Amino acid sequence: MRSELRPAAAGLAAEAAFRLRGVRQVRDGRTTLDGIDLDLPRGGFTALIGPSGSGKTSLLRLLNRLDDPASGTIEFLGRPIAEYRVRELRRRIGFVFQAPVMFPGTVLANLQAAHGLAKAEVPPVDESGARELLALAGLDPDFVGRQALDLSGGEKQRVALARALTTAPEVLLLDEPTAALDPEVADRLVHTLSELRVSRSLTMVMVTHRLREARIAATYVAMLEAGRVVEAGEAGALLREPQQARTRAFLQAGEGELG
Amino acid sequence: MSGELHPFDISWLRLMAAAVLVLVALALSLWQRLGLGKGLVVGAIRATVQLVAVGYVLVWLFAADRWYLVLAVLGLMVAVATHTAARRQAKGAAERRTILPIAGLAILAGAGLTLAYVTAVVIHVSPWYNPRYLIPLFGMIVANSMNAAALALERLASEMDAHRAEVEAWLALGATPGQASAEAARRATVAAMIPAVNALAVVGVVSLPGMMTGQILAGADPALAVRYQLVVMFMLTAATGITAAIAVQAYRRTFFTPAAQLKPRAPA
Repeated sequence: MRSELRPAAAGLAAEAAFRLRGVRQVRDGRTTLDGIDLDLPRGGFTALIGPSGSGKTSLLRLLNRLDDPASGTIEFLGRPIAEYRVRELRRRIGFVFQAPVMFPGTVLANLQAAHGLAKAEVPPVDESGARELLALAGLDPDFVGRQALDLSGGEKQRVALARALTTAPEVLLLDEPTAALDPEVADRLVHTLSELRVSRSLTMVMVTHRLREARIAATYVAMLEAGRVVEAGEAGALLREPQQARTRAFLQAGEGELG
Repeated sequence: MSGELHPFDISWLRLMAAAVLVLVALALSLWQRLGLGKGLVVGAIRATVQLVAVGYVLVWLFAADRWYLVLAVLGLMVAVATHTAARRQAKGAAERRTILPIAGLAILAGAGLTLAYVTAVVIHVSPWYNPRYLIPLFGMIVANSMNAAALALERLASEMDAHRAEVEAWLALGATPGQASAEAARRATVAAMIPAVNALAVVGVVSLPGMMTGQILAGADPALAVRYQLVVMFMLTAATGITAAIAVQAYRRTFFTPAAQLKPRAPA
């Protein structure tokens, strides 16, 4: 039973941005991750899929050390992530939350926040730089002077994305970034993310419950259930011909739901 | 109890006459069925017993005139204030272990530094431990420090709880715990200081301070009583500020792990 849950050897990427081995996580006395072995390919777009409560977000939060696992090892580019200085790690591995948090002030002020935190490590963002970042995130550059708290959910999420880019990260972690958005807005954001991965050579790891988004953007998929990896592999193959019955069931249920 | 001053004396008999005033409130409670009767009676008796006891302790302390006894009483006042300030915020044993030392440090530093400055620099108390000055002054300071600590701790906990997402958004951008909690800390410190700031604004207009009134009743020159009151107000402001700042700075660290992670909420 246990060996069946391991990802197939072919599913382990040649060059991994993240390498997780035997990762367990416990929150409020509940086991949220129960022995995760997973490699997330560098330069790839990994979609973490699975039913709600399967541990996707718990896993994502480990990758920039918003949380530490109860046990197990996590490597980033071949080094245990605990060996990196945590603030530097978080600048290299950006995080976009499910519900975007805007800091009070203008959009420009939000994009200058990271520089304000570490003036020596993060280059300053002037207005033209901010406009470029907004364009990259798929937002009208004229938003630069708007009050961030007044924006719509989709606009805020794009500002949050642009803000995550201000530290010039190598990796972006995305926790259901489209959960609060209309389907069309969500699709456009996922396309933006997909383009960003290529234009900025980013490694993307996105938690999603919308299979559609995995199909649009993912190059690699890991299916989680009850805190374990059911299967992981190249997105095309896995989404077309899942090897595990539970993945098949999950994909079919998802297709039915979203038409 | 007073030697050099000659106010009109209040005999025990006249004190009984004052107690009649409580009976007025008691009658009102019975008549309107307020259900406050028991609380009023118990409260009046408690207040009498406590204050009379304190009076005798002061008589004894003034007569003994020993610096170590004065320091012991000051220490006891800090201990009681610390316990009271921490009690509301600390629900479990683990929380109590975290909060008690923070409240104790904040009250001791805020009240102690202020008392030292006021007695040494402003009033020139002699000898330095003169209980007639130190005990009443410290009583007022400690009470304010206690309230400041309790307010600061409570407000910081609720700010950190209400703004978890914002704090984590800052951490994810590479903020230190101090940077990520700066706004929560600022709001908690302001909340703890607002009563002191408001008191400064309304004193003499809306409120006539009890200490000044008491001094005047006891026969002091009103001009001197006013100056004493100003010293007290300034000293309470300082004590409040120092206590609130130390409480907030020490407490906010406890919300984070050494790896700059926001700790999970304590299970309810």
